[in-house]
Amino acid sequence: MTTPAIELIGIDKRFGAVHANIDVNLTIAQGSIHGIIGENGAGKSTLMSILFGFYHADKGEIKVRGQPVKIRSSTDAISHGIGMVHQHFMLVEPFTVLENVILGVEGGRLIGPALAKARASLKHLAEEYELDVDPDAIIGDLPVGLQQRVEILKALYKGAEVLILDEPTGVLTPAEADHLFRILKTLRDEGKTVILITHKLREIMAVTDQVSVMRRGEVVANFATKDTSVEQLAEAMVGRRVLLNVNKTPATPGDVLLDVRNVTWRDKTKVARVDNVSFTVRKGEIVGIAGVSGNGQSELLDVITGITKAASGEVFFKGEDVAAIDDAGELRRRGMAHVPEDRHHRGLITSFSAAESAILGYQYAPDLGKGFRLNRDAVINRTRKEMEEFDVRPPDPFLKSAKFSGGNQQKIILAREIGSNPDLLVIGQPTRGVDIGAIEFIHRRIIALRDAGKAILLVSVELDEIRSLSDRILVMFAGRVMGERGPDATEGDLGLLMAGVSKEAA
Amino acid sequence: MQRGELPTWVDVGLIPLINLTIAFVVAGLVVLIIGENPFQAIWILLSTPLSSLSGWFNIIYYATNFIFTGLCVAVAFHAGLFNIGGEGQAYIGGLGAATPGLLIGGALAAVLPVWVSTPITLLICLVASFAVGALWGWFPGYLQAKRGSHIVITTIMLNYITSSVMVYMINMVFRPVGKMAVESRAIDDAYIMNARELGRLVGMKLPASPLNPGLFVALAAAWGVWYLLWRTKLGYEIRAVGANMDASIYAGINPARIIMITMAISGGLAGLMAFHEVLGAQHRLVLEYVQGAGFVGIAVALMGRSHPVGIVLAALLFGLLYQGGTELSFANQNINRDMVVVIQGLVILFMGALEQTFRPYLGAIFAKVE
Amino acid sequence: MDFSILPEILSSTIRMSVPLILACLAGLWSERSGVVDIGLEGKMLAGAFVAASAAATFHSPWIGLLLAIAVSIGFSLIHGYASINQRGNQVVSGVAINMLAAGLAVVIGHSWFKQGGRTPQLDDASRFLAIDFPGREALFAMPGIAPFAKIFLDHSVLTYAALALVPISAWTLAKTRFGLRLRAVGENPQAVDTAGISVAKLRYQALIIAGVLCGIAGAYLSTALQTSFVRDMSGGRGFLALTALIFANWRAWPALWACLLFGFLQAVANFMQGVHFFGVEIPVQVFNSLPYVMTIVLLAGFIGKSTPPKADGVPYTKDR
Repeated sequence: MTTPAIELIGIDKRFGAVHANIDVNLTIAQGSIHGIIGENGAGKSTLMSILFGFYHADKGEIKVRGQPVKIRSSTDAISHGIGMVHQHFMLVEPFTVLENVILGVEGGRLIGPALAKARASLKHLAEEYELDVDPDAIIGDLPVGLQQRVEILKALYKGAEVLILDEPTGVLTPAEADHLFRILKTLRDEGKTVILITHKLREIMAVTDQVSVMRRGEVVANFATKDTSVEQLAEAMVGRRVLLNVNKTPATPGDVLLDVRNVTWRDKTKVARVDNVSFTVRKGEIVGIAGVSGNGQSELLDVITGITKAASGEVFFKGEDVAAIDDAGELRRRGMAHVPEDRHHRGLITSFSAAESAILGYQYAPDLGKGFRLNRDAVINRTRKEMEEFDVRPPDPFLKSAKFSGGNQQKIILAREIGSNPDLLVIGQPTRGVDIGAIEFIHRRIIALRDAGKAILLVSVELDEIRSLSDRILVMFAGRVMGERGPDATEGDLGLLMAGVSKEAA
Repeated sequence: MQRGELPTWVDVGLIPLINLTIAFVVAGLVVLIIGENPFQAIWILLSTPLSSLSGWFNIIYYATNFIFTGLCVAVAFHAGLFNIGGEGQAYIGGLGAATPGLLIGGALAAVLPVWVSTPITLLICLVASFAVGALWGWFPGYLQAKRGSHIVITTIMLNYITSSVMVYMINMVFRPVGKMAVESRAIDDAYIMNARELGRLVGMKLPASPLNPGLFVALAAAWGVWYLLWRTKLGYEIRAVGANMDASIYAGINPARIIMITMAISGGLAGLMAFHEVLGAQHRLVLEYVQGAGFVGIAVALMGRSHPVGIVLAALLFGLLYQGGTELSFANQNINRDMVVVIQGLVILFMGALEQTFRPYLGAIFAKVE
Repeated sequence: MDFSILPEILSSTIRMSVPLILACLAGLWSERSGVVDIGLEGKMLAGAFVAASAAATFHSPWIGLLLAIAVSIGFSLIHGYASINQRGNQVVSGVAINMLAAGLAVVIGHSWFKQGGRTPQLDDASRFLAIDFPGREALFAMPGIAPFAKIFLDHSVLTYAALALVPISAWTLAKTRFGLRLRAVGENPQAVDTAGISVAKLRYQALIIAGVLCGIAGAYLSTALQTSFVRDMSGGRGFLALTALIFANWRAWPALWACLLFGFLQAVANFMQGVHFFGVEIPVQVFNSLPYVMTIVLLAGFIGKSTPPKADGVPYTKDR
């Protein structure tokens, strides 16, 4: 057996209270494409940032081609032949391709010679690896697919033997992604080693030779790709949680409350992140949207709740088309409550007191003060009541929102949104970063709301959560709804849909 | 990763005190460099104004202006905006302060008794000062909210534009024909009596100073800002936009609208400084009467932690420094009163740009104590 | 309008533009590296005071120049510490520097020279005078040519240095390793960091260059343009230079043209109190405020477009 390209031994890293990498061991074979898969926050990016010298491990050892090395900075990493293509490109937008390629390896005080050398070298690399790109183009003018190619060229120009790619397809169209995979295979065939970080199962199956699965900071499994399956990987990725017992009677759906028809939303680069999505939610039912994160769920929520407008399509809420409304307050007044996916950046204002966060979005509620006034006593009393009802600890309305635990912050938000007595509750990642006790509580509240005849649209990346709460399950992949299943759908069935494999034509 | 949380009293009391002390130490070094005794200088600076009633009056007079400009900066801070245009907004506010008194004050006085016409005229002047300042604040707010130009840059530009506009207006429009001095005629019909004149009405002999009841407008404005920010829906939205733009959009708040409203309020508060200075102290529209008070407002807002109570206290402190600076330059011919500008610069440097410098140390100390 | 004074106005345009060009280039270096510099005004003022004081004391404009540069760099380093190490608010730091410089110059000058903050009048030996080019006198004696020769040949070494610094800055930014890295750090400091280059070091280097240029600008004001330091003598030129920088879209050559234009407006304002165009009197204030009005219009995107370096004013942190 040949010497491995990279060995990580006992890598450990903490960011304050977050244990990002726990005693990670990983061996990457020379001349292979090695996938590292895991959900967002599983610690993949941190691990690779350590290998690339951007962070320093608290403990552990790194070996490159059998030799123990200390990687203190990206310069060290580059000198050991490690290159990295970051999730957010490290490119200078107003620069040309050549200028970006030589940045940091100019050779002398003047950049003229380096530019000439890079031009020749790029031509060579283009022929060798299908990495064609105009060396004089301005980066900002290039489509993201080409920008990514420049990142790869940068690494190769600096002599990378090991190339790390962090979520490389997140910004690519499927066609661009396919081209990237061809390039990666060529690189491997030419003897380079590729590490591919992703949370997309399809990619792992399509290009890798080996795959390691990370969950909550640990490497939980290693497979040879040919010996594993999407289902097995999905299970390893999500992990078998303690199955939550949710007592739930079958739904008794009423009238259609939310009717989403052919909704499309495009990002700045005109890529459709939500692609022709249609579905309905009825009174008295929970519709769950499953899917690996980053497949358009967040954008879909933003369109429905009025944070942004749809590019095309219609969203009927209580019979009226609200697709063109980009005022979250207006939809709230019409009876749509929203528990956002991202607690810290949206759900509450961490520098505000709990009471102030507890009225976010409801500052114009009539019982909180007449006219322009905000009645402080009313705000405090309402918060106290909600805190008691939702068992928020500590029940102190004056405490800064940042000082509550994740679960209690979520309860504050949930109390606020459910307390507004909405007709439709849109809820994203209801239990992300929430402790077990609170999870059960939150699930019970959601079901109680359904039993009260309200409509609920639930988005979660936790398959268990989706399965135990939903009355109908939709699976999203690459911005599209891949299919609909009942609550009794198997994990394997859903896993295939999540990987973009659809039996029926979607 | 969060920085160590500090107890509130450290945040609003100890840190400003430490920074102020350092500012004084550095200022003391400057005094030492020019060959004077720093302890003596600081003693004169801080104690002389407090030892006479006229000193106190002057302190409060200065502080009144600084309360307005400090509130101006602070309101914008709460929405996450840095309004360095207080100087220009206070200057242009003079148009609002002077015009009604000059134009309709006489007419009102002709048909109404003085004790009726003067308050009415003054009220109109007050509203006009605020309105003109507000317009001058709204404009950069509009440019940022709707056209994407940065508020810091546009407010700086507007300060210079204001300067030109005011020279032109005072010289070409307000200056009576034949008058040499570049200033308007006396605004007799919108006259705020100063403390000495008011004292005389009730038979009290008070020292001469520009102190006038405009102070109560400043205190009312401070209360108003507090009420606005912490007791109204608009204030809640202003603070939400300043604290977290994404969350405020989620909450259905329109940040562009809030930015424009906040800047208008901010500019209006600066405009009120013109009401106090032009009608209460100068009694006519003169050139450059703001004299840097707009910039003092930055120091006051930083020192006062953007809270109205803190701003009133910080304004008094700077009033003391300004009066003390004058006294110091009288007492010691070798020390110029611009010493105060140095201290002011140091306060802004330590409270504003270097405010994080001592936090980690204090955080470590308090972590140990707890 | 009397066109016979045109050569004089043009000569004055160059004199007025020099401090703007120097300060504008200072701003260019600083902001292209991603550090907003509101403190140009203060550094220039400090430089002017130190140059005049030292020139008066040592009877040498060169010692004045060197010390002006040194002090100006000192202020740059304070700004650097606040905005690079402490990640403080760069605008606040700049405002503080302007106040410090204005206050210190007057306080110290008042104490040293007892002239209310003014420095002593400099004799010719202590000033930067117009360079005596060979044959200059002969040209100046020729009736038809003299006024035009004076536009270009009646200036001190600092003027020619300032003009030379424009192509030097443009070339350094465009063609050298340092320039490439500097431009990169103002756009995407993370890209520079991941390429193994120190963001802080680059930004400090840029600030030091800005300090040098502001020091020269200050020395020019008090030892070339005028014959002493007077209170607030920079008179908003730092901000006017900043305006020119925005107007020039953060580029060296356009900066020169913007500064010449603004210098021209200043010269016109000085020469003609109330210009008449077709019988309508144009107030001098129009010329004074025109640069700012034009820049606001430009910034608002009504004509053209002005885009600052992307990381301008944003402190760099490695944290996610």
